[in-house]
Amino acid sequence: MAQNEERVSRGGMGRYVVVYLAILMLAGLQFVLAYQHVDGSQMFARMLLIAVAEAGLALMFFMHLWEEKRGLLLFVTVFTIFVIAAMQYGWPDSFRMLGGAPGTTIAPLAH
Amino acid sequence: MSQADLTIPGHSAAMAEPAFSVPAKKMAMWLFIIADTATFAGCLVAYGFLRNGTPNWPTPFQFSPTVLNAMAMTFILVSSSLTMLIAIRAAKANDRSGAFLWTMITAAGGIVFAVLHLREWLGMIDEGATLFHNPWGTPLFGASFFSITGLHLMHVLGGVVALMAVGIRYKGGRYQADDLEITGLYWHFVDLVWMFVVPFVYLLNVGH
Repeated sequence: MAQNEERVSRGGMGRYVVVYLAILMLAGLQFVLAYQHVDGSQMFARMLLIAVAEAGLALMFFMHLWEEKRGLLLFVTVFTIFVIAAMQYGWPDSFRMLGGAPGTTIAPLAH
Repeated sequence: MSQADLTIPGHSAAMAEPAFSVPAKKMAMWLFIIADTATFAGCLVAYGFLRNGTPNWPTPFQFSPTVLNAMAMTFILVSSSLTMLIAIRAAKANDRSGAFLWTMITAAGGIVFAVLHLREWLGMIDEGATLFHNPWGTPLFGASFFSITGLHLMHVLGGVVALMAVGIRYKGGRYQADDLEITGLYWHFVDLVWMFVVPFVYLLNVGH
């Protein structure tokens, strides 16, 4: 940890202020995008891209992941991406809730 | 008795060095952060699944008060990450009173965030939106909104308590700068999660 302390104190506050302003600007961009008249999936993709950029800045600089050993950086990144990617298998089913399985029709619900 | 004396025969090489040369307490926080990332990701994916599979998902949020409120909350939370960094920097410089002051400012930011959040919740509840009911359409909207934002709010409140407890103990000399840094990791993580909650739970539900 002593090594990390040295690295943190060497960095200075200027870099953190720049990252802080960049995150605020990206967050502001999301609010602007919310009022653009674009397709839902396009909107989602843009929001996700900006959120990942913001999170990356926070992880690397605010949480000092960039200054840790490369092993920890890889460990955190690979595990997190794997877990989040593994959750994505169910998306086709969410479309089937609306349109039914291919080649079938959904009977209206009886009330 | 040193740690080397306590190692199990045959496992000494694995136990002698901390993983990735990261101290155990810090590593524990990183493992917690990975696990909590999975929790939030699970909630957001489930919300996306419901939103995708529900026809006529409501988009009730107006610029005022909801979007304005979300902007203010984002500004406060991101700014509190900066104040946390100032606190950690002061702690590394052995400035105990400075580190304590900035830690309390960070905690105050968390309290303001929570107050704004609760004010927004009360406004929505007044309009008839609850965990099981939604005046704008599917009840799943209320269920997903209150559970995701509630889970995040719980993390913020937990973070405020942790910041105050660690800050006070640090000032009293019982905790070191490392303890403040590890608490800061958690606080930045809470900020990071909000960066995903705002666009998906708020901004994709803005009414045009």
